[in-house]
Amino acid sequence: MFLKPENFRHSAFMEGVKDAAPQAPGVAAWGLMTGVAMMNSGMSVLESIAMTLFVYAGSSQLAAIPLIAVGAPAWVILATGFCVNLRFMVFSLHLRPYFMHLPRFERMMHGYLTADLSYVLFTRRFPKPADDAETQLVQTAFLAGNTCIVWVSWMVASFFGIFLANIIPSNWGLGFAGTLCLVGIFCSLASTKMRFFTATVAAVTAIAAYALPLKLNIVLAIVVAVMFSMSLERLQKPTGQST
Amino acid sequence: MMLFEGTDFWTVAVIVGLTLVTVITRTFFFISSEEWTLPDWAQRGLQFAPIAALAAVVFPEILMQQGQFLQTWMDARWVGALVGGAVYFWKRNVLLTIVVGMLAYLPLHLVLGW
Repeated sequence: MFLKPENFRHSAFMEGVKDAAPQAPGVAAWGLMTGVAMMNSGMSVLESIAMTLFVYAGSSQLAAIPLIAVGAPAWVILATGFCVNLRFMVFSLHLRPYFMHLPRFERMMHGYLTADLSYVLFTRRFPKPADDAETQLVQTAFLAGNTCIVWVSWMVASFFGIFLANIIPSNWGLGFAGTLCLVGIFCSLASTKMRFFTATVAAVTAIAAYALPLKLNIVLAIVVAVMFSMSLERLQKPTGQST
Repeated sequence: MMLFEGTDFWTVAVIVGLTLVTVITRTFFFISSEEWTLPDWAQRGLQFAPIAALAAVVFPEILMQQGQFLQTWMDARWVGALVGGAVYFWKRNVLLTIVVGMLAYLPLHLVLGW
């Protein structure tokens, strides 16, 4: 939660901001195109603003937009959003030991604001949960700074997309900047043989299972890749502490 | 007022529902305050989740076209991603990855229609 002084006055807050800042243009490009997509689908300005401010999940928004446009049953839209978001449940399981010391409302705010990018950047910076109160505060402040910059760039860009929808060309593929941003972070993580293996399994699974509905290929790929990596790690235990 | 034009109750209700979906999925294991810890092996396994998630999201974005694996090499996305990736390994800078990747992608996409 970046509104808490204890977090944003901490030096780790700025560290989190700096860690996420190079990614901001990618987030912004994605937000911009999501804003455009909402307006082009025929959603009203108010609806688009509300969706941007509250739903705050690009992939589930993009999945829901065409369904809203054709007036699909509400439960279908919500179930779609849920499936597209399933990976976040894996993330929340991973982040749990980092934030259980916080009061429920606070840790839920942190969880709500932590989308793919902040999750990856945060766990890259802190592979292990803190053992003492000072480090806990550092981690919380870092995440607050990180999610702050992602939130602001997403919101500002989405609003530009909403209000300038009719002059922003949606077929130029500007949203590809968002993919490139993830490519950069991916390369930053692909630093050990083990991770390379994990990534290969995940990529192959996600492509092979692409026909699954509701982006379930993504959560399947995560589960399969994690299981394969754990088995491999167990096989090569004596040498392999290389995650 | 333009702002409210075309806003209907049903869509607003769906947006409220989708907000709850975001909250529930992103905070699922934060909700209960009960004390429990994951077994060590599961905690270790989850360390593979970030790179797996990135790979699972990124590669289909680059290599799939209308539900199928690329049928032609004339696609600007893999070129852009490859150039972007190379720039990352050269300069270790995500911003440059985005900028140079887009510089490779946009001309191919807009001029050649790849």
